[in-house]
Amino acid sequence: MDKKKSPLELLAANKFIHTLLSILIGFAVGALFLVVLGISVGQAYGKLFQSIFSSVKSLSYCVVYATTYIVTGLSVAFSFKTGVFNIGAEGQFVVGSMAACVVGIFLSDLPPIVLIPLCFLAAAAAGALWGSIVGFLKTRWGINEVLSMIMFNWIAFFLSNYIAGFPAIHNEGNAEATRNVAENARTLFSKDLISSLGLCPTANWGIFVAIVLTIVVYFVIEKTTLGYELKAVGFNKHAAEYAGINVNRSILTSLAISGALAGIGGALLLLGMGGRISIFSSQEGYGFAGIVVALIGVTNPFGVFAAGLFYGAMTYGGSKLNLVGAPTQVVSIIMGTIVFFIAISSVFSYLGRLKKEKKTAPVKKMEDAKEDEQK
Amino acid sequence: MNTLINELGVIIYATLLFTPPLLFAALGSCFSEVSGVVNIGIEGMMTAGAFTGCVVAHFTGNPWIGFLCGGLAGAVFGALHATATVRLGADQTIAGTAINLLAPGIAIMMAYALFNSTDTVPLTAASKIPLLFNGTFDTTTTWGRFMKNVFTNYATTYIVFIAVVVVWFIFYKTRFGLRMRACGEHPQACETLGINVLRTRFLCVCISGFMAGLGGACMTMAITNQFRPISIVGQGFIAIAAVIFGKFRPQGAMLGCLLFGLCTGLKVVFGTSGISAQLISMIPYVITVIVLILFVGKSHVPAANGKPFIKAR
Repeated sequence: MDKKKSPLELLAANKFIHTLLSILIGFAVGALFLVVLGISVGQAYGKLFQSIFSSVKSLSYCVVYATTYIVTGLSVAFSFKTGVFNIGAEGQFVVGSMAACVVGIFLSDLPPIVLIPLCFLAAAAAGALWGSIVGFLKTRWGINEVLSMIMFNWIAFFLSNYIAGFPAIHNEGNAEATRNVAENARTLFSKDLISSLGLCPTANWGIFVAIVLTIVVYFVIEKTTLGYELKAVGFNKHAAEYAGINVNRSILTSLAISGALAGIGGALLLLGMGGRISIFSSQEGYGFAGIVVALIGVTNPFGVFAAGLFYGAMTYGGSKLNLVGAPTQVVSIIMGTIVFFIAISSVFSYLGRLKKEKKTAPVKKMEDAKEDEQK
Repeated sequence: MNTLINELGVIIYATLLFTPPLLFAALGSCFSEVSGVVNIGIEGMMTAGAFTGCVVAHFTGNPWIGFLCGGLAGAVFGALHATATVRLGADQTIAGTAINLLAPGIAIMMAYALFNSTDTVPLTAASKIPLLFNGTFDTTTTWGRFMKNVFTNYATTYIVFIAVVVVWFIFYKTRFGLRMRACGEHPQACETLGINVLRTRFLCVCISGFMAGLGGACMTMAITNQFRPISIVGQGFIAIAAVIFGKFRPQGAMLGCLLFGLCTGLKVVFGTSGISAQLISMIPYVITVIVLILFVGKSHVPAANGKPFIKAR
């Protein structure tokens, strides 16, 4: 009976169902906390969904928010596929954002068709560099990548703050931020398009970049030799080495690609939404959000795309919860619960398998016995 | 000379002020990692402790009940992590990430419910962690000020260094410590010898949560005086880094934490002078990387670290 479907198909179906179940459980647990705190669940969730779905404008806000999360999610998902846990996406995101900002300010005379790709290129290069440093430390000196990524997240954070304070790019009027990048570098939709479609003021082309990157990442992982090698290293380093794959080079490549993606995420946020970089007092957490998105998307590029949209919508909707007196943090609880149940979802399928084995085991024994008798 | 002694004293004071939260959490992380469970959720467990410690101290007026409850709150999330990773064989990184989302979310929501704000009410002097040797030293002389800077510290500073010795003793001089380390290296072998791997790991993850909770509580109850959403931002990850830095040994983790504490101290002391504060803030992280390259190099990760142990039937 099971032979009709390939095991892979079954697993994919299971994962999808598990994720949906986890999301439902997440909302249930969130509701539980709201009830305990004496906040009306209907009002809070009503507001959440209303602020997401009420208008084209609010939906476009969600998409704008989601753009960055999708790409940082892709970055982390890519690293997961290749056996590295890119907890450093945060730092790569920050340096990418800063690189795009510097290019966008200093090369402001270039036409958009040249300047925007240049900004993305600079961001990707900076992110890739940041990821490669960690990879180099690991492959050259065997330094634990989780440790150096945590360090490089903070180095990137302070570096960005330091550069933002440079007189050449510092905003004179606003002490806490850089100057705005050139209008030529912005990826915003034209004003006419925004007003005619009723979109939000920061609606931008970034989502199309995210769509392209999703397809590219899927293609690289699933359809190329490079992706196959990287996955092989992620699956079993020793076996991959035995098969003639250069493990060190694979780790470096994987971290560089993952870093480039996170860097592009930074450029998307900058060129699409803010237009400038603020001096922050604590890490913004886009890279860490990427981890969550990658996990909810079960590290499948298309899953990550959907998870990014979900995360963007929840972030935007959650920010409106204060209006009905419900704390925004209920979104964190929902997200945390979802991730928790995704973490233990493999257990559901494991338990399912156990039950099946138990059920079939005695039957099989009897069959074996019959066979023995026949012999 | 006198200014030098003064500044040295201030640096030591600042180091001893900022080290304990990290060190508590790092000691906890040692337990979990050495028994074979990666605990990224340390950050969230610290937040839980930071919030609970502050709130309990605020309502009971007793810092020690608050401190202990902070630890217990961390342990609750430790138990959650352990249930997922040890009992249910879940991916440890994913479960840890979930803890990091859940704990701050719950803490801040509770703060809303109790104080109608994301911050808790600042603690009164009586419900704060007490300073030891307060007023013992004569601050009119240079040496007196130096002694005051070195020894007049929050009680948690003394407790954490005692804890290092205790944890070292547990790790290397007790049967439990040996078994725990064995579970992280070769759980299958442990199981054949009749050691209950699952129970040992479960306990270790709970201990790690408890210690992380204490670390968080000591952050808010001694240093910042109140819980705010930004009370714990990244300290948990720094603690994990310190553990890897210290090659998964409590004494090594202590050195790592002292390094970060010292650098935070230097930042506080020199941060306001001419050099850019941002560049100075960067120093601890750069130094860590350099120290790793020059002196530490490859750290031996417990062989079974991160791998769920599934008991044979």
